[in-house]
Amino acid sequence: MTIKEKGIVMDEIQVKRALVRIAHEILEKNKGAEKLVIIGIRSRGDFLARRIKEYIRRVESVDIPIGILDITLYRDDFTSIDYKPIVGKTEIPFDVKDKVVILIDDVLYTGRTVRAALDEIIDFGRPNEIQLAVLVDRGHRELPIRPDYIGKNVPTADNELVEVQIKEVDGVDRVVIREVEHEN
Amino acid sequence: MKIKRKDLLGIEELSKEEIETILETSGSLKEISERAIRKVPYLRGKTVVNLFFEPSTRTLASFSLAEKRLSADSFNLSSSSSSVLKGETLLDTARNLEAMRIDFVVVRHSLPGAPHFIADRLEASVINAGDGTHEHPTQALLDLLSLKEKFGTLEGKKVVIVGDIVNSRVARSNIWGLTKMGADVTVCGPPTLMPYGIEEMGVEVSFELRKAIEGRDVIYVLRIQKERQMGGMLPSIREYIELYGITPERLKDAKEDVIIMHPGPINRGIELDPRVADGKHSIILGQVTNGVAVRMAILYLLSGGQSGEVSEA
Amino acid sequence: MAKFPKHKFVIRGGRMIDPVQGIDEVTDILIGSGKIEKIGNFSKKNVESLDVKGLVVTPGFIDMHTHLREPGREDEETIETGTKAAAKGGFTGVASMANTNPVIDNSGMVRFIKDRAMQGGYVEVFPIGAVTKGQEGNELTEMFDMVKAGCCAFSDDGKPIDNSLMMRRALEYSQIVGKTIIVHEEDLNLTSDGQINEDFISTKMGLKGMPSIGESTMIARDVEILGFVGGKLHIAHLSVKESLEIVRQAKKRKLDISCEVTPHHIALNSSCLVTFDSNLKMSPPLRSRKDVEVLKKGLQQGVIDCIATDHAPHALFEKEMEFGSAPFGIVGLETALGIVYTELVESGILSIAELVEKMSVNPAKILGLGEKTLKEGSDANITIFDPNKEWTVDVKKFVSKSNNSPFDGWKLKGKGVMTIVKGKIVYREGEFQKLASL
Repeated sequence: MTIKEKGIVMDEIQVKRALVRIAHEILEKNKGAEKLVIIGIRSRGDFLARRIKEYIRRVESVDIPIGILDITLYRDDFTSIDYKPIVGKTEIPFDVKDKVVILIDDVLYTGRTVRAALDEIIDFGRPNEIQLAVLVDRGHRELPIRPDYIGKNVPTADNELVEVQIKEVDGVDRVVIREVEHEN
Repeated sequence: MKIKRKDLLGIEELSKEEIETILETSGSLKEISERAIRKVPYLRGKTVVNLFFEPSTRTLASFSLAEKRLSADSFNLSSSSSSVLKGETLLDTARNLEAMRIDFVVVRHSLPGAPHFIADRLEASVINAGDGTHEHPTQALLDLLSLKEKFGTLEGKKVVIVGDIVNSRVARSNIWGLTKMGADVTVCGPPTLMPYGIEEMGVEVSFELRKAIEGRDVIYVLRIQKERQMGGMLPSIREYIELYGITPERLKDAKEDVIIMHPGPINRGIELDPRVADGKHSIILGQVTNGVAVRMAILYLLSGGQSGEVSEA
Repeated sequence: MAKFPKHKFVIRGGRMIDPVQGIDEVTDILIGSGKIEKIGNFSKKNVESLDVKGLVVTPGFIDMHTHLREPGREDEETIETGTKAAAKGGFTGVASMANTNPVIDNSGMVRFIKDRAMQGGYVEVFPIGAVTKGQEGNELTEMFDMVKAGCCAFSDDGKPIDNSLMMRRALEYSQIVGKTIIVHEEDLNLTSDGQINEDFISTKMGLKGMPSIGESTMIARDVEILGFVGGKLHIAHLSVKESLEIVRQAKKRKLDISCEVTPHHIALNSSCLVTFDSNLKMSPPLRSRKDVEVLKKGLQQGVIDCIATDHAPHALFEKEMEFGSAPFGIVGLETALGIVYTELVESGILSIAELVEKMSVNPAKILGLGEKTLKEGSDANITIFDPNKEWTVDVKKFVSKSNNSPFDGWKLKGKGVMTIVKGKIVYREGEFQKLASL
């Protein structure tokens, strides 16, 4: 099996513009930052969440509480994978009750990660609302999940991978598509 | 790293990397016990049996909580330790469990090797909760986690384990764990309670408490059983306290910031003075909290009866 | 050519090794009427001939420490199955230990063993009688009466004779019959609850250890008693270097003392206990590497007189248990020759002639069974084995009723091919014939 890079879908400027726009859309839809909390899904959603929180602070001068979610223990695919993923820390240092939770992930694909995240957040308490923001929506949903805020729609084929790279982790901000070729 | 084990039977066979993975995972799982809903669905639908041939309140409670917090169906089977008296051999017990389709078995037994005996005969994952005087791996792991939280790294840290070493599975497991993580370990106690050849486990041996605790970062105190006196190993408990009891006066010979640990239950006033047990040096209660996290981590990392999960390479 | 010739037959072309006469040559042996009729190179017409070219032919091996379990534990072994295993292992005779249920502590029981052996056995059985009634350590048995019935020695093996006064009386009284007292040396106070040797392995495994001093202190005691009152003493399953030293000094003092070592105490040591396998649990336990080294030298130097198996069958349900609950002991009749040949002869520690001394000549001497040699006119008790045969131990193929052996899967060199007892071929290449058959 070989993976080859097919193309860059979003470069650094495009990523930044998308995140700024999402931050504005969040403020617009919720008429301000009151009652907002932001939760990023490990392991890149949390960095994106921090950026959005920062943009919101610049615009509204409000510091909204931020949390990080590790959904490993809520996955539905343990019987079909052959290894135990490393479990990271979940840190929700605030009460989610009555809040509007902005859930952030890098790529929305089948929807299963978001399903796991929803179950986990609700185990922490009963939020008023959960809204979903993603940098990339690549389609192929397997569950009835839809995002409220989208950075970019990227239609993909089944044998393609969408990878979001983040400066803090990968040294650069961009979104690439890779193609997986199976040997015959 | 991936842990490719079906069972956790001892610390002796674990590598440093495996121990680090277990400690890291425990650290992540710790916060589950702090949530309002102290539960995650990971082991939903999985069955865990706590097979305790020796009585235990604390270890059993700790395992039960870990199992339930991971949403497993957990139940307890206890029986008298002598399988001959009971009538059902360990072999039959193992076979019956297999027939009932259990995913995990947590075993505590008075004879060394009993968990291994069961593990060889079951597809389920077996966790050793203490086998005679051989090992108590989950205790050592929670102790290591507590020390890691305190010091960051165990490399070069000086630990002394004090007490009835020969009869202590906690001592053996901790010696393996501490030496693998790079700590410097001394064992201290009366000669009649010091096992033959223990230096070969990589420890220094001392019969004098004052010398042994000088300059040590950690004093790990073991429980002394009152029955030892009757077994003729000690002339009296009174003399034991005089020589090896950890009192506030004794601590004057130790480092300023020495930490005190104990696997529990404490014989207050015997091996450990209550003022020390409850004092600023003690992290004993923290050890208990870590017990649940460590046991959750073990349940997460072992294969739990899914034979496809344990792949080579 | 019949598998089991009914009349005279010649074993042809074998390498005869007879240490008593100092013979090591290729020759033929004519056997008839239970005796060796002729030795030499000859051709005989009208006589059946068995080709044993390339094989070693020696005076029959005797295992002077076997537990046949009958009467009492016939589920583990009987005289029939135990002697069958002995025949397969190349033994022409075994001395059976007295710790059966009931104990062999009177002439009636001795006769029982002898009768059973004669009716259904495959090799000769020399019953060992108990030293004390019921092996309880309180009263001596009727040694004279028992020797009349066929007893060859006395032992409370299974248990030590922990009362020193009793040991004294036994050594004194046995002088009436001139038989040796075989002792299981173990100070139970020092070894109580012990499971394996006391060393780093026992510390690591959390198992209670049986220290070497549990054996050596009692040997030292008994040597002094032997020196004081006389008699004959034989140390069973000697296992530690300290014990060997004591026996060496006792022999220098010209005391009538002998000792044996088991094949497993030569082939295994305590570091073999990597798992809690109860097939590695026996008493005395597996000792340290240093002890094994010293024992091998002791055999070479002749301080150790013989090799005996301490064949101890145990039912599967008893051995398949957690280590602490399993009984002590392993079987050994079918693996002894292979183990001893591989560990001692192949490695150059003993010559084949010395092996024969340890497994045939000396046991017979100690038990007063006469001189083991292959001479015209002597009883035809012969062991024939293939020194080059490489084979793998498969416990499922054991003919003993029990298969509690740590040697499953071991690759060994040296295997019994034919066993002849009183002129009758009782074992030949996988097939057996009872002594009593016509």
